[in-house]
Amino acid sequence: MKKKFLYSDKVKEHFINPKNFLTDKDVAKWNKEADGIGEAGSPACGDVMKVWIKVKDNKIVECRWQTYGCASAIASTSAMSEMVKGMTLDEAEKLTPKEISEKLGGLPQIKVHCSVLGNDALKTAIKNYKEKQK
Amino acid sequence: MEKRIYLDHAATTYLDEEVLNEMISVLKNIPGNPSSLHSTGLEAKETLDAAREKVAKIINAKSSEILFMSGGTESDNFALKGFMDDKKGKHIITTLIEHPAVYNSCKYLESKGFKITYLLPNKEGIVSAADVEKAITRKTVLVSVMYANNETGAINPIKEISEVCKKNKITFHTDACQAGLLNLDVEELGADMMTLNAGKIYGPKGVGMLYLKQGTKITPLIHGGGQEFGLRNGTENVAGYVGFAKALELIQANREKESARLRKLSNNLLKGLMEIEGVDLNGPVDSNNRLPKTIDVSFKKVEGESLMLLLNEKGIEVSTGSACSSKSLKPSRILMASGCGEEEAHGSVRFSLGKRTTEKDIDYTIKTVKVCVEKLRKISPL
Ligand code: FES
Repeated sequence: MKKKFLYSDKVKEHFINPKNFLTDKDVAKWNKEADGIGEAGSPACGDVMKVWIKVKDNKIVECRWQTYGCASAIASTSAMSEMVKGMTLDEAEKLTPKEISEKLGGLPQIKVHCSVLGNDALKTAIKNYKEKQK
Repeated sequence: MEKRIYLDHAATTYLDEEVLNEMISVLKNIPGNPSSLHSTGLEAKETLDAAREKVAKIINAKSSEILFMSGGTESDNFALKGFMDDKKGKHIITTLIEHPAVYNSCKYLESKGFKITYLLPNKEGIVSAADVEKAITRKTVLVSVMYANNETGAINPIKEISEVCKKNKITFHTDACQAGLLNLDVEELGADMMTLNAGKIYGPKGVGMLYLKQGTKITPLIHGGGQEFGLRNGTENVAGYVGFAKALELIQANREKESARLRKLSNNLLKGLMEIEGVDLNGPVDSNNRLPKTIDVSFKKVEGESLMLLLNEKGIEVSTGSACSSKSLKPSRILMASGCGEEEAHGSVRFSLGKRTTEKDIDYTIKTVKVCVEKLRKISPL
């Protein structure tokens, strides 16, 4: 019998092989070199996400992340990091949790907040970048 | 077939081959309704009576004290709601670590005006008889404390608790669904009501029973044609009850040997897991106070649902008490009551072993858990 997975194939793909996450040994470097850093946590279940972005000509050229949370949370940040790469800051700011969840082939209702979380971390990182520009 | 190591026997077990064969034979050859008065009916009645007699003998009870029904949940509902039905304004003592079937029955009774005390276990998840005694009021009529806990595996001092109840003339119920490998002699335990189910002892799902000591009165919750002494009505699931009786016979006949085998395996598992950094045991440290099959641990900086799903990909099937995995996004009530913090509950995983678990399975599990925990910690900002 073949193994089954609780969520969509896309969630599984990003959960098992997460893209663009930051390894601990690179954190110090990215803390220094990133143009924007953002963190978000979910009071609902105590999960934490952190996002690092690099910006060039008003475009996000790189997005790295770390997540402590469920499979949907990990998959959401991973998918998001791929989606925002190459986006202008304006576009990235308009990104919605719904779009992330759609990219993942949909999340169960109770897991929607996990995609909100990654999105929040991204928005904080962009804000952080903009503040630095002032 | 892909490799699968099932370590979730506390959730449910597979059907024993011998049990299945007896059930098939009943399904094929005993088509009657035990209430019918012709040969076909009488055969069914005899088969049913034999199953009841077998169960009664194993737990040292009388046949007339065995009520077959649809499972542990129904049995708990009978013991709580059926018993309290005519006891308006009275008081129940139970615990914060009960199965939802008891806990939510109590919540329901509370909403109907009954007074309930929910006892906290100690830091290892064990309920104390002294605490039960202290909680007794003039209005207390029922104490319900589970025999062994489904998450931590903690074994409660049932004899001591039943003695306290006896001394104070209070009825005592225990949910023994996790305790198939323990001593189930109701006389020795001193239980007035005891819940058992088949689906956790290699018997069929949807089958269970309530032991109801002679003289203990409950109100029927399912009304109908007079089956199960008029208390739990409805045509009997004869094949299911036969399967249950067989399953109980098999597990109890071999319980000491199998307990020792599982104890060794679970202790090895625990030892192996403890080699990983940042691991805490949830439940009794002394393995004699813990079910031989159950090990619940918390991994720091790892979320339990993630770990469970990663392990699933590697063919290892476990469960978790993490908030992320629950329908309410709240951490396990049982772990929280058993001395576990919110964060530890978040990283909790339960491994529950069974008949088919081998030494090799445990070695593979330890190795794989190490890899998966490392992987998740790598992508965690904590
Ligand atoms: S992070 Fe807790 S449910 Fe997704």
